[in-house]
Amino acid sequence: MNQASLKRRDFLIGSSTLLASLAVMGTTGIVMAPDGAWAVSTTVLSSQETATLIKFARAIYPHKKLKDAIYANVAHSLDDKASKNDQLKTTLQQGIAQLQQSKFASLNQAKQLAALKDMETTPFFQSVRGECVTGIYNNPEVWKIFGYEGPSAELGGYIHRGFNDLAWLKDA
Amino acid sequence: MAAKFDLTDNSVVVVIGSGAGGGTLSNELAQKGIKVVLLEAGARNEIEDFVNNEWESFTNISWLDKRTTSGSWRVAKDFPNLPAWIVKSVGGSTVHWAGASLRFQEHEFKIRTTYGEIAGANLLDWPITLQEMEPYYERAEDKMGVTGTHGIPRLPGNNNFKVLAAGAKKVGYQTVHTGNMAINSQPRDGRGSCQQIGFCFQGCKSGAKWSTLYTEIPKGEATGNLEVRPNSQVLKIEHNDKGLVTGVVYADKQGQQQHQAARVVCVAGNSIESPRLLLNSASSKFPDGLANSSGQVGKNYMRHTTGSVYGIFDKPVHMYRGTTMAGIVRDEAVYKPERGFAGGFELETLSLGLPFMAAFLDPGAWGPDFCSAMDAYSHMAGMWIVGEDMPQETNRITLHATEKDAFGLPIPDVHFDDHANDTAMRNYAFKQGSAIYEAVGATRTIHTPPYPSTHNLGTNRMSEKPQDGVVNKHGQTHDIANLFVSDGSQFTSGAAENPTLTIVALAIRQAEYIADQMGKKAI
Repeated sequence: MNQASLKRRDFLIGSSTLLASLAVMGTTGIVMAPDGAWAVSTTVLSSQETATLIKFARAIYPHKKLKDAIYANVAHSLDDKASKNDQLKTTLQQGIAQLQQSKFASLNQAKQLAALKDMETTPFFQSVRGECVTGIYNNPEVWKIFGYEGPSAELGGYIHRGFNDLAWLKDA
Repeated sequence: MAAKFDLTDNSVVVVIGSGAGGGTLSNELAQKGIKVVLLEAGARNEIEDFVNNEWESFTNISWLDKRTTSGSWRVAKDFPNLPAWIVKSVGGSTVHWAGASLRFQEHEFKIRTTYGEIAGANLLDWPITLQEMEPYYERAEDKMGVTGTHGIPRLPGNNNFKVLAAGAKKVGYQTVHTGNMAINSQPRDGRGSCQQIGFCFQGCKSGAKWSTLYTEIPKGEATGNLEVRPNSQVLKIEHNDKGLVTGVVYADKQGQQQHQAARVVCVAGNSIESPRLLLNSASSKFPDGLANSSGQVGKNYMRHTTGSVYGIFDKPVHMYRGTTMAGIVRDEAVYKPERGFAGGFELETLSLGLPFMAAFLDPGAWGPDFCSAMDAYSHMAGMWIVGEDMPQETNRITLHATEKDAFGLPIPDVHFDDHANDTAMRNYAFKQGSAIYEAVGATRTIHTPPYPSTHNLGTNRMSEKPQDGVVNKHGQTHDIANLFVSDGSQFTSGAAENPTLTIVALAIRQAEYIADQMGKKAI
């Protein structure tokens, strides 16, 4: 088993299984949920860098109803891409270093927002934001949370599953 | 049985592109006993290859060859290399289209006469009238099984339609229904009825929606007169000393260049590739590109004045369930200059799945405000504005000065600026769209800027006089008798209606003309 064969969704499984398989893979960073519900491994970014990146991703797309696991998934994807792209690796590591220097993670929400606004045109911000757009909203776990039911053809479409079940409008 | 023609067979008609124009034309010609080689740049993906997943489908079937953009349109900023959201696959953009099939109105064929002169716009009347088009519209509607025509019942409305219809009625709109859709509301023409799957843009998994992929093309192949060659991108159209076209050079699946001889060539590669091909076919005889004595090839690019309005409600909508374009408000599709603009617009329901909503709701947006809108996804209703935009000479497809494609040919640049008329219409339509949703309790409405263009039109336009455009009323180029344009790039103006029905009607009409001219040995 190698790193590439581990698909993104594999990192959302229970951490005990995952840690067992990571031991042999030359991992440089592991971030675990406090409750052990998930873990993410990285090959380029350190644990600390990954933890900062997770907080940064959440600050860009702050959804209260999403757990950190979703943002950790984004961090993992970025780490994976950085392992094949030196420019991205440098962009991420320098960007994260600046976040750590400015103690971004411990700022209150308003100050975080102002800091993000100041850096929104930077390659670092845009790399993370771009990854979030697919990493968060194209994640089937997230679809469920947002009430999007996803693929329907294999379920026979919505013809018998509520395509016209809206009943709160009198004239409709 | 599908035919197989020799590369040197110069009796064939070569059709370039297999979408609404090229796919229909190929079948119509084949039915008349004319031999056709249909060259399609994309692969032959069939229904079983379609996926109910927005990004995956986008990657599988979209035209993703690099293009550049310029001009002040927001697409150039947010999607600089994706000016158009169209398909590279057999069936062309009939795989992706939503199915709305509306006839143009009488005055929309005569906009120069109706609207008068508008500064900065290059208005021209079509060389054909609604009256001349009506029999072909009839045949196109019958062929495509358009609901609300030929005794075909309309589709049932989904939740998204219910919200639109209730709001529209409250603000006083009268013509509100589930549309004229080329989606089977009952089994017809060997295809089943709509299962309300959604994912119309990703290719219809049930085949209820008309696409040339599984209607025109196999029917044409069954005549024994049509050979479809997928993965065949035409690079150049060749001509002889007399100035008649003789064949095309194309790259096959292996990237090898092949030459296919032809008696007639019909270009139907959509409004970016069609003019690009004519321009890339420049020669010493035609230094400005083929059929370009008017200088109009690539100019007057239109994309419809579009935009979306999303409304957020206290209660759930689940707009993504069922047909994507599930209903329409037609009251604003009229000529009424007192609104502050010429031309009209339609309001049609539209939904995106969560992945594309994130990408398109407000491209590039982030932060708490954006997230609060996304949080309400299941409580959203959505509509799309489709309005007539002004043809402008400066909105155009040009060949990139330096960037080349995999075959060494210049890539296309798409330049677009809104005309003041377009902006006035969009702003008015945004206001009306918000009013519709607010009338039924929307707590917030969001105005979404135009997506990458799906209705690409006008870049080889029809004209009465050769100096005003590229093709005549039959889509035959003014300059070269055996060279035709068979897609939406022929449009003299865009009208307020979705273009596919008119493209199909023109293709049926063009096939008659080509057969007639071949019979008379005129071409």
